[in-house]
Amino acid sequence: MRPEVMAEVEALRGVNSVKIKEASEAGKKVVGMYCVFSPQEIAMAAGAITVSLCGTSQVPIEEAEKELPRNLCPLIKSSYGFAITDKCPYFYFSDVLVAETTCDGKKKMYELMAKLKPMHIMNLPQTANSEDSLELWKKEMIYFKEFLEKQFDVEITEEKLRDAIKLMNRERKVMRRLHQLNAHKPAPLSGMDMMLAQWLKGFNVDKEAGIELIERLIKEVEERMEKGIYAFDEKAPRILLTGCPIGSGSEKVLRILEESGASVVALENCTGYKALDVLVDEEKDPITALAEKYLSTPCSCMTNNKGRLDLIERLAKEYQVDGIVDLTWQACHTYNIESFTVKNFAKDVLNLPFLQIETDYSDSDVGQIKVRVEAFLEGIK
Amino acid sequence: MYSVGIDVGSVAAKAVVFDGEGIIAKEIIPTGWSPKETGEKLFNMITSMAGIEKREIKSIVGTGYGRVALSFIDKKVTEITCHGKGAHFIDPNIRTVIDIGGQDSKVIKLDEKGNIVDFLMNDKCAAGTGRFLQVMAHALEIDVSELSQIGEGAVPETISSMCTVFAESEVISLMASGASKESIAAGLLQSVCSKTYTLVSKVGVQEKVFFSGGVSKNSLLRKFLSNKLGVEVFSSELSQYLGAIGAAVIGYRE
Repeated sequence: MRPEVMAEVEALRGVNSVKIKEASEAGKKVVGMYCVFSPQEIAMAAGAITVSLCGTSQVPIEEAEKELPRNLCPLIKSSYGFAITDKCPYFYFSDVLVAETTCDGKKKMYELMAKLKPMHIMNLPQTANSEDSLELWKKEMIYFKEFLEKQFDVEITEEKLRDAIKLMNRERKVMRRLHQLNAHKPAPLSGMDMMLAQWLKGFNVDKEAGIELIERLIKEVEERMEKGIYAFDEKAPRILLTGCPIGSGSEKVLRILEESGASVVALENCTGYKALDVLVDEEKDPITALAEKYLSTPCSCMTNNKGRLDLIERLAKEYQVDGIVDLTWQACHTYNIESFTVKNFAKDVLNLPFLQIETDYSDSDVGQIKVRVEAFLEGIK
Repeated sequence: MYSVGIDVGSVAAKAVVFDGEGIIAKEIIPTGWSPKETGEKLFNMITSMAGIEKREIKSIVGTGYGRVALSFIDKKVTEITCHGKGAHFIDPNIRTVIDIGGQDSKVIKLDEKGNIVDFLMNDKCAAGTGRFLQVMAHALEIDVSELSQIGEGAVPETISSMCTVFAESEVISLMASGASKESIAAGLLQSVCSKTYTLVSKVGVQEKVFFSGGVSKNSLLRKFLSNKLGVEVFSSELSQYLGAIGAAVIGYRE
């Protein structure tokens, strides 16, 4: 049985689609975002609501393929499909969009998307380890701030930025505490529930209410742990899931892993722990602090991306994992290429079994993935 | 006591009876449309062939894509683990298994105990599998079992498409332009060899290399693979039964 609070967590997307309508009609501004590189704090300091628009559903892909190549990552196609079909309330109520020059596929898709709504593109540097990159990224923070000030006719003050930074840090800390519950052996939460809770935070119109809800979830899970109630037993192989982001609708591989008996204890992807690992420095100048935090995101679109290996190593140890699964979306060049590096790192440095699964959002390959996952788990036991 | 291993593949269902020392009976039949009925029929066939009673069987293990349809088995194990155990049983020196069946191809790397160190499967399409060869043989109006013999000694045509549908059109174009059946047959086997070579290289080839699955009966392909990989690729008359053997061995030892 799952924790009771999970039902409330799962209802967040529906509840918030009503809340966002009400807020928008009451004159609140909404900023739609696509990536964990987007500095939510700047939008919040402009008095706006931030929503995550990253597509995780197969449904709008067919429409998207009328304009985009078929051989493109499903995340990009899904995001674009939602935009052109206008079937997502969160896209519908977004006043402006912000996106970054992350991978080539997204960058070019955004050019098409910019025809639909006012869109600001942040020029994300391709490497995080240089002073020049940080200087450029700091400027990009300011350009984004100026864009919002102009669009919404507001002033983003340092004080408002500091308040937003504190609020976002509180959200990160509570989501981090939730994630860390699964460091316990056996894990108290299924990987599916953990993913849902982490992913659904992106829809929270009211961040304070979202934080309070997760605090209640943590409390309930801790009480269950005291009573010895866990999601899996001690023998379930503990898996670290890394690679491309997942959400409701693109949870296929996570679901197959857990249906096959694994306990997915750590989500290294950007739906999970990747965005929570580093907080924004509350002492520094807000723009510098934001630039530093977001630039440190260990994403495969960066060269090099050694930070990802460091994070995998830390999580693998802290969560006592038995194996690593790297999920890469079809035609996601950066993650697919990097998978070879991650594989060698898992095998040679961490001495852990490793499995890469390249797939899309459809169910066409469920049977094949099951065989691979089951064989992988048979090898661990 | 005995154990039974049943491997229900996409094209053929294989079963063996193991007595703890050796394989005392083996049988292979087409899977047909119902893996469930075929599995049951095969089980009855193999037990009567071996002359054993149900109570003498300590364990029945199912594998292959049809394993989920079998209600009478004690345990399901994936074909990857079974091929590993089966290969180790046949020859403990085997470190790499290349298995090409009806709908998938895989490469399995083993340690000295027959445990799986790494494995890789083909992507979701039929490229480089038995089905690919079956469709192409059909286009050439020959049986798939004749490909090897016909292609022997011919200069292979280049078949560049890996997609089964596109490759079929390519074969038809080649025939129209006057290419010989022999050179097309050799070309098709070359193309499967090249696809398999990529898969093997990703895992890393380590001797001794064993070729299993229905496609391993193709001796010309085995020769091509040996040349391309630069090591001898072995096979045996039991190679199609590797999954079933592994299943029976796992069942006996548990």
